[in-house]
Amino acid sequence: MDFRDSPSEAAFRDEVRGWLADHLTDEFAELGGRGGPADETAWETRVEWEKLLGKDRWLGMAWPEEYGGRAAGFTEQVIFNEEYAKANAPARLSLFGEGLFAPTLLAYGTDDQKRRFLPKIQAVEELWCQGYSEPGAGSDLANVQTKAVLDGEQWVVNGQKVWTTLAHRAQWCFCVTRTEPGSHGHHGLSYLLVPMDQPGVEVRPLRQMTGTAEFNEVFFSDARTDAHNVLGEVDDGWKVAMATLGFERGTAFLSQQLGFARELEDLITLAQKRGATADPIVRQELADSFVGVQIMKFNGMRMLTGLVRSGTLGPEASIGKLYWSTWHRQLGERGIRALGADGMELPTGPGYDLDEQHRIFLFSRAETIYAGSSEIQRNIIGERVLGLPREPREKRSNE
Amino acid sequence: MNFAFSDEQEQLRDAVRKFLDAKSPEAEVRRLMETTEGYDPAVWTQMAQELGLQSLHIPEAHGGQGFSFVELGIVLEEMGRVLLCAPYFSTVCLAANAILNVGTDAQQGELLPGIAAGETIATLAFTEPNGKWDASGITMEAKGSGDATTLSGSKMFVIDGHTANTIVVVARQAGTSGEDGIGFYVVDADAKGLTRTPLATMDQTRKQARLDFDGVTATPLGDPGAGWPALSKTLDQAAVCLANEMVGGAQRVLDMSVEYAKVRVQFGRPIGSFQAIKHKCADMLLEVESGKSAAYYAAWAAAEDNEELPVVASLAKAYCSDAYFHAAAENIQIHGGIGFTWEHPAHLYFKRAKSSEILLGDATYHRELLAQRIGI
Repeated sequence: MDFRDSPSEAAFRDEVRGWLADHLTDEFAELGGRGGPADETAWETRVEWEKLLGKDRWLGMAWPEEYGGRAAGFTEQVIFNEEYAKANAPARLSLFGEGLFAPTLLAYGTDDQKRRFLPKIQAVEELWCQGYSEPGAGSDLANVQTKAVLDGEQWVVNGQKVWTTLAHRAQWCFCVTRTEPGSHGHHGLSYLLVPMDQPGVEVRPLRQMTGTAEFNEVFFSDARTDAHNVLGEVDDGWKVAMATLGFERGTAFLSQQLGFARELEDLITLAQKRGATADPIVRQELADSFVGVQIMKFNGMRMLTGLVRSGTLGPEASIGKLYWSTWHRQLGERGIRALGADGMELPTGPGYDLDEQHRIFLFSRAETIYAGSSEIQRNIIGERVLGLPREPREKRSNE
Repeated sequence: MNFAFSDEQEQLRDAVRKFLDAKSPEAEVRRLMETTEGYDPAVWTQMAQELGLQSLHIPEAHGGQGFSFVELGIVLEEMGRVLLCAPYFSTVCLAANAILNVGTDAQQGELLPGIAAGETIATLAFTEPNGKWDASGITMEAKGSGDATTLSGSKMFVIDGHTANTIVVVARQAGTSGEDGIGFYVVDADAKGLTRTPLATMDQTRKQARLDFDGVTATPLGDPGAGWPALSKTLDQAAVCLANEMVGGAQRVLDMSVEYAKVRVQFGRPIGSFQAIKHKCADMLLEVESGKSAAYYAAWAAAEDNEELPVVASLAKAYCSDAYFHAAAENIQIHGGIGFTWEHPAHLYFKRAKSSEILLGDATYHRELLAQRIGI
């Protein structure tokens, strides 16, 4: 047990710091940490910045060298993300491509598929979106109804996806579709890769309770993709889709903690300025949030050690998702309490622009729902970590 | 960065678990908790002679093995798991640490070898009937100086105060207040003027006593009057130890709940298949694992004796107190009626969880302390 960097970790940290010091200048430095994976602040500048990351193989650092990566291990990835957050560098754009699709592609794709898609992700020429949820398939993802039928050399896709982040910016969608006619549940699904820029794909923004529209609805009407754009076997896409969810629940959380810690620091400063820290209840809440964000760090380090040893992230990743989303929601509520009566007003004036406290308060309600709701995470923890029996399933209405 | 125990540390855990499973089964816990002394002297001696548990983190120069708080944390986690009835926390986590933090080398040489050998039971008497855990609670005044020092007044909630041979007492110099004038004094259990009264504890597995001092002769330990930093550090170390003990108990009640939820059938299926029960267990696991992360990290900070210790000690005590109590309470609920009976062990953990939560300051106390320590 030792929480200091090993000599090789320290050397890698120095390399990252050096690169960031050299490159995070001028318009990129001015951006600060603004924007998020679902936020389009200064989009063009962030694309340019992301391209710099790709050029020097920080984007794709985990990939094997033969596919343009650095073959960086989990520890290096976390060190990079820590230094990136400390440097207050721009929020990344490539969560879906680099973070979710690429690891799935590396695990299940053919060599041709890897050589076709990975370089374009690294060059920031192709962004990806995730075609999972549907109006009738939220927590019950296996109830996907979007259909794809092979027509000669192409799949023809029909159906509707929802909550699709950045669909209006993405060139490609990795999309769970029903390819076996008449199949039910997780049987007969395929993991299709569908180009977004075609007449058969219509993207409509979904305005949320935050007033912004980070999510979209995507309508497929005879949309087409080439027959070979399937990841894994046809009709056996469920396990591929689940692998992506594993990446979604897991590795990203390991490096989020620093951003959360910064939000808490901002809230403490704000509460002090307003004199709210004289209130014993506010003091309790802020200290409790501090406990929570520190434990998030300790949990992350423990999980990272396990990951380095075993090479895979188990269902324990659900603990991380449940933990951070619950913590963040509570931070939002505490931020509003610290504002007192001013919590009722938006200091930004008309137009429903949100300041940080109201943004966290409102947006965090999505976080305990997306990427597997807290209830789904508790089912995963209960069944797959603790080994509790599954709930008997009702027969599906369409079966 | 490496957040894992070494192979040697895992072996220590295995050895301690085997020993405790043999020496401290539930029947033995129930037998000892009904006694006034609350421990088995034969097991206490075996702990010292066969496993060297009392000497674990005492320096080799004073008869110990020179291990760290990480190893100590492992031992405490295992003890918490089985609710071991023994004066270990008082002797090793309170008294030995106080002596290490404040005693001169000569005093350490005099007091520690007996503890390390399992011959001395010791405790730290710092709390008083006012029930405060900070410097303001210490009102007992020391009169005179050097060999002529005497103590008068009362100490409460003294863990194993009625069975200890050596009592380290915290008192203050006349006319001082707050963190000024705090001093440590050693008192023999059979000293004239000392009356020791066992308390009727809700948690019968950890004994406490009231100590009344009437002009008791005491020997100053270290520099009397400048003892607050050493007391503060001792309490931080003890909080870290207690946090590790608590996660051991919390894991045990989670295991009990999960085992029961798998076999107890109602409405034609195991109750663990209902989300109402499954989600409780999932939340318990999240909190138990998070508590372990905090307790282990805090043990490392205590081992390093680094500047993080005060913050992580309060953090771990606050979080693990809440996590253990929540898990112990849910364990009763998940067991239903049987969990409310005297014969089922759920109440033993529930009571240990609550008294451990209060001991050394509850979660609310430690969150406020933490707020001060991080500059809120």
